[in-house]
Order: sequence, then structure tokens, then C-alpha cells
Amino acid sequence: MDFNFTEEQSMVRDTVASFLRDKYDFDTRRKIVSSDAGWRADYWKAFAEELGILGASFSEELGGLGGGPIDNMIVMEEFGKALVIEPYLGTVVIGGGFMKHSGYAGAASVIEGIVGGTTTIAFAYAEPQARYTWRDLKTTAKKDGSGWVLNGHKAVVVGAPFASHLIVTARTGGAQRDAGGVGVFLIDKNLPGVVTRDYPTVDGNRASEVYFENVSVPADALISEDGLDLVDRVIDEATAAVGAEAVGVLRKLHEGTLDYAKQRKQFGTAIANFQVLQHRMVDMFIEVEQSVSMTYMATIKVEEDAAERAKAVSAMKVRVGRACKFVGQNAIQIHGGMGMTDELAIGHYFKRASLIEGLFGSVDHHLKRYEALSFDAAA
Amino acid sequence: MNLDFSPEDLAFRDEVRAFIAENYPAGLREKQEEGEEMAKEDFLSWHRILAKKGWVAPAWPTQYGGPGWTSVQRYIWSEETARADCVPILPFGINMVGPVIYTFGTPEQKERFLPPTLSGDIWWSQGYSEPGAGSDLASLKTKAERFTGDDGKEYYLVNGQKTWTTLAQHGDWIFCLVRTDPNAKIQEGISFLLIDMKSPGVTVRPIITLGGEHEVNEVWFENVKVPVENRIFEENKGWTCAKFLLAHERSGIAGVARSKRGIERIRQIASTELGDDGSALIKDPMFKRKVAELEIDLTALEYTELRTLAGEAAGKGPGPESSVLKIKGTEIQQRITELVLEAAGHYGAPYFRGFPTDGDNAHPIGPDFAHRAAPTYFNVRKTSIYGGSNEIQRNIIAKMVLGL
Repeated sequence: MDFNFTEEQSMVRDTVASFLRDKYDFDTRRKIVSSDAGWRADYWKAFAEELGILGASFSEELGGLGGGPIDNMIVMEEFGKALVIEPYLGTVVIGGGFMKHSGYAGAASVIEGIVGGTTTIAFAYAEPQARYTWRDLKTTAKKDGSGWVLNGHKAVVVGAPFASHLIVTARTGGAQRDAGGVGVFLIDKNLPGVVTRDYPTVDGNRASEVYFENVSVPADALISEDGLDLVDRVIDEATAAVGAEAVGVLRKLHEGTLDYAKQRKQFGTAIANFQVLQHRMVDMFIEVEQSVSMTYMATIKVEEDAAERAKAVSAMKVRVGRACKFVGQNAIQIHGGMGMTDELAIGHYFKRASLIEGLFGSVDHHLKRYEALSFDAAA
Repeated sequence: MNLDFSPEDLAFRDEVRAFIAENYPAGLREKQEEGEEMAKEDFLSWHRILAKKGWVAPAWPTQYGGPGWTSVQRYIWSEETARADCVPILPFGINMVGPVIYTFGTPEQKERFLPPTLSGDIWWSQGYSEPGAGSDLASLKTKAERFTGDDGKEYYLVNGQKTWTTLAQHGDWIFCLVRTDPNAKIQEGISFLLIDMKSPGVTVRPIITLGGEHEVNEVWFENVKVPVENRIFEENKGWTCAKFLLAHERSGIAGVARSKRGIERIRQIASTELGDDGSALIKDPMFKRKVAELEIDLTALEYTELRTLAGEAAGKGPGPESSVLKIKGTEIQQRITELVLEAAGHYGAPYFRGFPTDGDNAHPIGPDFAHRAAPTYFNVRKTSIYGGSNEIQRNIIAKMVLGL
């Protein structure tokens, strides 16, 4: 049993933390969010070249530093603490995940682009009708000569405005909700017929509605013709990474609330002296600590077999989703009116926590998934 | 015990329904449906129509322009306006300062302020909270010092800052709690002043909130000259008015009728949005259970409010029990917004402020209801903070109801 980090992992954390401390303070982030571009391409370049963190979670033979999911966890937690916008989740965790697990012929060169900071990826998986059922696909991929033609509409593709490439799920066969026939494609976002409608998100990021209108993609765009298991695996990894981001967000919500309660005076004393608020902040602390534990657990188990992995990730997401709500809401409540303002960072952490609650599945979704894996499968 | 409406009450309900159907401004309805931001005139148009009809201030005594409705009629009124999604009448004049003026004001003050409050010609703001005085309202520091003007008349010189002042950007007048005796015990040196916001030295600065709205403001007073006749009730007795007003504010805060409408809306949304299994979300047992629990809690709140109303009709003013209505009412409002956001799924994320939502009908961005789901969820967190935070309401119940 060992919950310690290796020297390399600690170095990744220190490198990221120190960069973000110097260059990603709250005011800088505010400027990034309200800029035309919505992200800092030069920071992305720095992540690749100066910090070298984009390769941390790839094996050495793939051109990385030899790490894995724990490195992703570390980066995502630090990103959570600074509410970083730049597309690590889409590019490294998800894009990288598909490259690692698919046996895709072009994987080595795509990973080279990811690690080098020249390839950015957004994951177009959600559809308007599908909620959290990834195999529910109206988007179709029809064989056309050696290549494919894509048609359909992908919902809320986070990071698409910053992406050079999209990973797209589309039906290569079967009916809309079948498990079989879930194709996965890696495509250049600038292909003719890819129509994007870009917009900001409530937590400061950018996303697009992505429409495929008779998009011809070459044969080598196909990552998998029948890849639901692959999709499930990568989304589980991404969910674990989002858990780590949540841990960063939750820690800041809790810390910020403690600080505020100690300095805010009412009735002649710091409000931190009121027992009702002390107990609330203790409960917040317990939620944060349980989220940390569950994120470690899920990150370690993400490399186990599919059933174990899915159960661990869903259990984590239930706990973390609940923590996001409880800690977020009470952080605002204890800050009083100040918590409601755009001016203080605390509200921005709350907004991110609120979206993480539903990201890759709500609490209800993961409870149902856990029940199915833990009870129904055993019966 | 009898839960039925009388035939007279049912006839009244039909009359109200017909009036709303015939008179509610169509343009306003459209703006609400589009989720557009309300301009000052939008808030006022419905107010003015009701003022003309004599229905704008249901709880006011007839001698001051109230319609003379029974508590049951007032209940029907709030049900029907919520059911028809009418914009709420802003509380600051009608529910807050109006009752203070007709309860504590002089005949001159009533004559001067009540008619324009009813008509909508005065837009009132509420000057209570200060940066250092939130839950602990009595610690407020804005000071008002008596002096004799060059004209030989008596004035107050007001200096200080109020905050969280809702819609003060439109305000004509502001009612303020100010400290008139710095040496008295904390609740005893406070007076209740009406201040013309066009007076020199009054500055309104916007506060932008989580959803990007400009709803609240800071209001600064720098050497603002206020005639002494603008003080309501005795000098240094403003806390009496404040306590009276807080009780009034709390009684309306349950928002039962609006929450009923909110739950109805969730049921509509969840009958078209799809759940994980591809059938309507409302068929999802977990989602359905949450809606059911909300409905049950709202029923408990509704009958608690009805008991309070019956008590009022029997001559008992809104007492500290109304804190129960505030706590449960705001919790339910918040849970409604949580469920709407949950129903929105992925489409809770897009942010539309300052973003054109029409113009590209071929490429829509999610269902219309989802556009305001997250900002509304964020915004409604305020309800357990304002009007005396829910922690303060529990203190009130502990002390005043339970005698602890």
C-alpha cells in the first residue's frame, strides 16, 4: 500500500503549480476568458516546450516521459486549482487515450503532435438526444470508396474552438442505440462540410455545436469501426481526470471559504466562530477528503479490467458530483452576498464545480451504472 | 377545518383569470419567453396596468388604495399571476416601504409618497445592507447628522455606503436605515430615512453577479442633504420600522405559487427531454422521485403558509413563524433550478449573455429552456442569503419561537 508520489510525479506537480502560480492568477484568467481567442496558445506552447508536461502521461516509446493516469491526475488537479481553460483534457487525456488504446496506425505521429503542442483535440461524442448514453448516435458514417462520409450533429463540443482536430463518434452500422457499430474517427477540423457554431460556456470555457454536412473523410481517419468498448474506456479515463480537476476546484472552494470566514466579522466576531458554520465547514472538509480518496482509487483502477474500472469510476463520480454540489453551494452561502459576485474567484470555482457535476454523466447516471455493475451483473 | 374555496372565491378566480388574459402586455410576454433582459419600462408596464385597475397592492388597506381583498383572495391572486407567468410586482415599494409609510408615517408623508408608489411613478430601492452589515444589519454605519440649513430648515447630512441594492440603477427614491445616534446602543441609534436618489452626492455603482447580470448595486452617499421631514417615525426608532418590514418581506418570500409554476415547468421540460434510456426524462425513476419530493415539500410549505394566512385573517400579524416560510420557500426555489439544470444535460453549459441566439435556425444550440438554466441556478443561490440569511432565520426561530 503506497499513496506516495514518485520523484518524477512530484516534479510534474511542482512544475505545473509554479507556472500557474506565476502566470495563471485569477486576473490573468479573467483576461483569457474574455479575450477573442478564449485561450492562450502561447501557454499551450509553453506547456509543451518549457514545461514538457504534455508528454508526462505517455510511455517513453511513444515519445513521452513514461508516466500514465497518475500524471494526468496531477496535472488536472493543478489545472482545477487555477481553473485552467487550455484543452489538456480533450487533447492529452482523451486524444492521447484513444491513441494509446486503439492500435491506430497513425498513433505515433498524432502523439508526437500532442506532445509537441502542435495538435489540439476536442472530443465530439455528445448528441442532443442522447444524454449520457454514448452509443446513442444519430451521426452516421457511410462507407464511400476507401473513405467515409459523415453526417450529423454533435452537442457542446468543449474546446472545439481551440482544436486542430476532432475525435468523432459516428454510427458505422447498426441502429441508433445499438452497442455494435460505434465508429470512432480522427478528423481535421478544417475539412469541408464541418460546420461549427462557437460559443462561450457558463464556466469560462468555449465550445461548439459541430455539424457534419456530407463530410468526406479519408480511410486513415478511422480509429475504430466498432469501438464502443474503446469509447467507454477513454471516457472512464477522462472522468477520472475530471475527478482530479474537481479535487483542485473543491480544495480552493474550501480554502477560500475558511479564509473568508476567519476574516469576515459580524456580531462583533469572525463568523468562523459560529458553531453552525464550523460544522458546515467541517462537512465541506469531509466531502473534499472523500473526493480525494475516491479520485486516487479511480485513477489507480482505471487500468484494470472493464467492469472493475467502470465501477470504480462511477463510484468516484457519484461522490465527487455530490461534493461539487455541497461544497460549491456552501462556499457561496458562507461568503454571503460576496459569493454572488463575479468579482471574487469563489463564484468562478462554484460555476466550474457545477458543470463538473454533470460532465460525463450526472450523479444519477453513475449511480444507475454502479447499480447495474454491482447488483444486476452479479445476479 | 375546510379546504374548499367558496363560490364567491371561485368567481373571483375567474374574474382574475379573465383580467390577466385580456390585459397582460403581449410584448412583455414575448420578452419573457425569449429570456430577454427586462428594461425599466418592462417592469413597470404591468405594474401600471394593475395600478389603474386598483389591484397593484393586494395587502394594502382600502383607505390607502388597496383592493380590500380577503386573505383568500390575495392567495388566489398570487396563484393566478404565477400560473400566468406574469412578471412579479417589485416588492420594494408595494410590499416594503409602502406598509412602513402607512403604518408609521405622518399624514403628509402618506399623502406625498403612497399615491406615486402605487402608480409606479416612484421606483423604490432598499438601502439596508452595508459592506460591514449583512446578517448583522444593526451594525450599520451610514451616518445621518442633524444640521440647520441656510434656509433655516432642519436637515440630515448623510454619509456612507449601502450594498446589494437591487435594481437601484432604475431607482427614484431609496429608503435607508441610517445611524442618527452613534452613542446609543446598537439597535437604538438608527432612523428610517427616505432619500431622493437624484440628490447631489448619491452615486450608484453596478455589481455584476455570477450569471453575468447587473441586478444589484452599491449606493454611495457623500454629504447628501436630506430634509428631516423625510424621516419615517421617530428619530432613533428606525429599528422598529426595520423589524416590521423584515416580517413583511419574509411573508412574501415563500413564493409558493411561483414554485408551483416552476415544478409544472419541470414536468413539461422532462416530458420532452430524453433520459439515458431514450424515453422521456420524467419516466426516469430517479428524476421522477426528485420531482415528487419537491411537490410534497411544496405542499407542506403551502399548507404552512395557508395556516399563517388564516392566522393573519384572525388578526395575528406575520410573526417569527414566517421565518419557516422563508427557509423552506427558498430551499424549494433553489431545488427547482437544480432540477432544470439537470434536465438540460449537456446544454446547461452554453452561455448566451450578449450572444445572438437567433439568426441561425439551421444550427440551433440546444432547447430554449436550457439557455437560462445555469445562470438561473447560480442567481437563485442568493435567495438563501438575502432578506436575512437562512442561518439568521434559524436563529430567529430558535430565539423567538422556541425561546432558546
